[in-house]
Amino acid sequence: MASETILILGATSEVAEHYARLQAARGAKLLLVGRHAERLGIIAADLRARGAASADVALEDLAEPADGFPAAWSRLLAQSGGAVDVLLLAYGQLGDQTKAEQDPVEALRLLQVNGTSACAWLLAAARTLEQQNRGSLIAIGSVAGDRGRASNYIYGAAKSTLATLTLGLAHRFAATNVKVLLVKPGFIDTKMTDGLPKGGPLWATPEQVAADIDAAARKGRTELYTPWFWAPIMLIIRNLPRLIFNKMKI
Amino acid sequence: MAVPLIAEKCASWGLLERPEHWVATPQFRDETAEALQALVAKGGTVLPQGLARSYGDSCLNAGGGLLRTPRMARCHFFDQTNGILRADAGLSLAELHKITVPQGWFVAVTPGTKFVTLGGAVANDVHGKNHHLIGSFGHHVRALGLRRSDGTLLECGPHSETDLFRATIGGLGLTGLVEWVEIALQPITSSDVEVETIRFGHVNEFFALSADSAAWPYTVSWIDCHGRDANLGRGLFARGRHATTGPLVAQRKGLRLSVPLTPPVSLVNSLTVPAFNAAYYNRPGATFCGRSHFDPFFYPLDGLLHWNRMYGPRGFYQYQCALPHEGAQAAVISLLERIAASGAGSFLVVLKVFGDAAPAGLLSFPRPGVTLALDFPNLGAETLRLMTSLDEVVMAAGGRLYPAKDARMSAALFQASYPVAQFTPFIDPVFASGFWRRVGNK
Repeated sequence: MASETILILGATSEVAEHYARLQAARGAKLLLVGRHAERLGIIAADLRARGAASADVALEDLAEPADGFPAAWSRLLAQSGGAVDVLLLAYGQLGDQTKAEQDPVEALRLLQVNGTSACAWLLAAARTLEQQNRGSLIAIGSVAGDRGRASNYIYGAAKSTLATLTLGLAHRFAATNVKVLLVKPGFIDTKMTDGLPKGGPLWATPEQVAADIDAAARKGRTELYTPWFWAPIMLIIRNLPRLIFNKMKI
Repeated sequence: MAVPLIAEKCASWGLLERPEHWVATPQFRDETAEALQALVAKGGTVLPQGLARSYGDSCLNAGGGLLRTPRMARCHFFDQTNGILRADAGLSLAELHKITVPQGWFVAVTPGTKFVTLGGAVANDVHGKNHHLIGSFGHHVRALGLRRSDGTLLECGPHSETDLFRATIGGLGLTGLVEWVEIALQPITSSDVEVETIRFGHVNEFFALSADSAAWPYTVSWIDCHGRDANLGRGLFARGRHATTGPLVAQRKGLRLSVPLTPPVSLVNSLTVPAFNAAYYNRPGATFCGRSHFDPFFYPLDGLLHWNRMYGPRGFYQYQCALPHEGAQAAVISLLERIAASGAGSFLVVLKVFGDAAPAGLLSFPRPGVTLALDFPNLGAETLRLMTSLDEVVMAAGGRLYPAKDARMSAALFQASYPVAQFTPFIDPVFASGFWRRVGNK
């Protein structure tokens, strides 16, 4: 099997790194995109040791590329050899909701980092995949995007923007060979969530989530709750009558 | 973004206590120096922790800081021609084998669980079923990077910083933070092992079987410690070697079992263990001879995640001693007699002959002779009394206990059996552990 070309936006995220390890073991060619050259280099060396045919690094400010999204995308595409088999969009930032509630500039920044910038990358990549008539787009959303909740609705609003756009792309490409997957993880034990109280059955490891994403992408699925139990949980949360919902602290 | 510090109640594998710690889990090497400083500022002292498979307090630092390493689990390079691998100290053997086994390389020395990190394997200078031929883990470490609290990163190895290297091998994480480890692997041509299991009726036969099997790379015995008189120390002697042909796969597919929660009382007790041991000893499959994947051979307990929960809310003790050859047989018999007379339940009883290699580290546990390991559900004073009585036998035989397994030995026993004064100057001034406060600072 020829090695797949995989482009990862936000490659220092723990879920992205574990996903990359799975692909490295299959001999993929990986392009790791992010801001931190040294960290990306460390990850690239590890992926090569794990069997990647190649693991290269590209530096971009993903929330706001200096010369705009189209130029940045062309650059990344050229660096991955002019074609992409999988694009994984994995960057994001939980942010501080309390701070963002008081400061509209911070709120807009979180919407840009987690929402609108992600949409721009997906739209740019979609044009490429459409021309290729093959490949996969994988976007990591969040269960937080399913319903606005007091504890994280700004982050949630950004993720629901990303979710609607991703599912729209899936609809657009339904009759083609392009696959689009929206991933909605629940709580993951990563540095991003180190401030929250952990433990208990709802927490997953980034390895588990990465393996779920890999399996769902290979099956050509459109939407994935990971771990699986978030699907029934979010079904209930989405459909709770507002009278009850408003009495809950979630 | 600074690494968050979290207040957390942490237990070791024995689940005996759950003291509060300040915990930081850096994701990248460039965060460790700052995380160490922050932990010391908050907790006064710091201890590195891998996967916390040590049974007692050697991987705990109650009230102080813990720097967890498993998020830093990256390989720096893997020389597939010569079998040399350098990786972050947080890489586990389970992960390492996913990288190396498909290429025909296996760790030179493995303990009885794959859920240990390279850093933990160094800090405890772990041994395996092949100690009699190739020594302990530390003998196969080519170099390591040691981060001291003054911010320096020293490369230590058999040819550079040799004294600090010897102190760090088996140094219980006290000489600084091991950031990376470079090891020499052993070549394999199959991920299968060929195994022979032989039933023996008395512990004396164990010594004869060990002598006969010295050419087998892996040997170990399980003992039914409830056998008495003519059946004293009866058991199953297992010997194995890597198969020469077959697949090279790191993981077996199959169901992963787990103990989902801690039962209200220990399931390992004086009613269940004798019956279980007798059944285990007599079962038709006990004398298995044939091939299996390496995983069940090296890591039988890893098949049951959280098996430590079976001992109930009070947790359990492990007791592992090393006894010099001279008098070892009599001492083992004496230990088994005391255990059998006490009626204490012990299922995980392992007996093995160590090789004659000079210890790799100052505080390395293995020494030429015999090692016996046991587990005891924590029943409070009576369990402690039994272990104190076992200490007498170990002390008289000139033996020692394994710090990674210990939660209760006296400072006197530790100081009498390890070169503590020689080791102490190498301790980093802000590094500390519960174990060392208990037995080291006397």
